Amino acid sequence: MINSNNFILMGAMNTKNLQVSPFSLVLAASLVLVAVLISQWQKLGLTKDLLVAAIRAVIQLTIVGFILKYIFRINNAWLTGLMILFIIFNAAYNAHKRAAGIPKSFPISLIAIFTATILSLVILVVTGAVKFIPSQTIPITGMIAGQAMVADGLAYRSLNSSFHDRREQVLEKLALGANVKQASEGIIRDSIKNGMAPSIDSVKTMGIVNLPGMMSGLMFAGVDPLQAVEYQIMTVFMILATTSLSAFIAVYLAYKQFYNDRDQLVRD
Amino acid sequence: MGTILQLDHVSYTADKSQILSDISFSVAEQEYLTISGPSGSGKSTLLRVISSLITQTSGTVNFKGKSSLDYDPTEYRRHVSYCFQQPQLFGNTVKDNLTFPFEIRNQPFDQKKATDSLQYVGLSAGDLDKNINALSGGEKQRVALIRNVLFPPDILLADEVTAGLDDTSKEIVHKLLKHLNQDRKMTLISVTHDDSEIRDAAKLYNIVAGKLEVPTNDQQQ
Ligand SMILES: Nc1ncnc2c1ncn2[C@@H]1O[C@H](COP(=O)(O)OP(=O)(O)OP(=O)(O)O)[C@@H](O)[C@H]1O
Ligand SMILES: [Mg+2]
Repeated sequence: MINSNNFILMGAMNTKNLQVSPFSLVLAASLVLVAVLISQWQKLGLTKDLLVAAIRAVIQLTIVGFILKYIFRINNAWLTGLMILFIIFNAAYNAHKRAAGIPKSFPISLIAIFTATILSLVILVVTGAVKFIPSQTIPITGMIAGQAMVADGLAYRSLNSSFHDRREQVLEKLALGANVKQASEGIIRDSIKNGMAPSIDSVKTMGIVNLPGMMSGLMFAGVDPLQAVEYQIMTVFMILATTSLSAFIAVYLAYKQFYNDRDQLVRD
Repeated sequence: MGTILQLDHVSYTADKSQILSDISFSVAEQEYLTISGPSGSGKSTLLRVISSLITQTSGTVNFKGKSSLDYDPTEYRRHVSYCFQQPQLFGNTVKDNLTFPFEIRNQPFDQKKATDSLQYVGLSAGDLDKNINALSGGEKQRVALIRNVLFPPDILLADEVTAGLDDTSKEIVHKLLKHLNQDRKMTLISVTHDDSEIRDAAKLYNIVAGKLEVPTNDQQQ
């Protein structure tokens, strides 16, 4: 059983093992130089991108660090809720950007990611697996919403390409008297599948090929591997539920955007 | 016999190019109208407008005295059924295609109805489980047509359904269209380039560069 008292994701963790001095960080920055050298040597033209990415990461993470430190310290339910909404909002915005012009993709992503994330979160909190304190709910929300975002983005891409590739077939189904749902059935199914596939794949190889981030993080912080595994198993369940629900909602709301009010195919 | 379909000043513009210009004509119940014209003149576009797969930019299409836009689109297309130029078959087998009209109406598949239709067009019950890739072009076209008429529409829009077919398939398809028109009282609008079909046409219209040309009698000879 998962003992929530021991759930030390980011809060009061045993920091004795974790001491990165600013000096060692500067040394670690030289690792970026390796990437830059490869880029220069192989004429990849990525030098500027690499440097910008590294600098952005440092700035963004530092800001996030300070914000989270503040939120964790004042431990206020409203502020935590607001932060959760902010994460969901960001995830929805990013999913929307991957929708390549599907109308209403932002509100659709918002509904899909909000529903899936909040449902998972509620279940985790109600069952006691996670406590409603910022140091637990915020990282968990980030993980769930991030997975939902990736799933929705892939589902949108699949919708776009399928409606393009199978345009003739969809039109013929409409001509035979199928309604928009019947004409899109195969596309809907494939798009939900494509949204979920990567998370199922990653779950399948979990522990064999990759040590998942959360588990690695916990072990890094000195948590017993078996306990880290318990949390990881919880994460697996959460990811499966969230990606499927989010992709399902996103696809069912988005496929209709390919039609107009006369049930005619308008996008290809 | 009453008018089942009436087009008034129908035009269609896509991407600023006018594809159909001011087309008006009416079709009587159980009429067999043949439409011909050069490639790219807008024949398929006209059938798409009539079947409400696209909406005309201006003008009206009246079906049974009511604008096509006032019908539920799905219901309308079951009455005004468009068989595509070079139709694609769905799924894997012939059966997948013939079950489709039943599925969308939430009705159980009527095997006998399907095999009767197959036999009528020179295929057999055994062909139901045949893979669609194992069919010849002519066989595919016949299966596609059956899909449209398993639940008989009021109007069948046949878009070059005999183009590129061998003589046997062509004859079978012609026989089916005639049967639907005469015995099943279906109104037919058939787009074709086929000489014999044009020669035998009871009524022939030409579409040239998006305009309707009603030929004089001596042109029709
Ligand atoms: N959605 C569209 N956007 C822009 N142009 C289109 C569109 N649909 C059709 N067209 C153009 O309209 C013209 C008429 O096309 P249509 O398919 O109706 O011709 P057709 O008479 O059926 O030709 P064919 O005998 O070769 O089948 C063509 O020039 C075609 O490129
Ligand atoms: Mg055509």
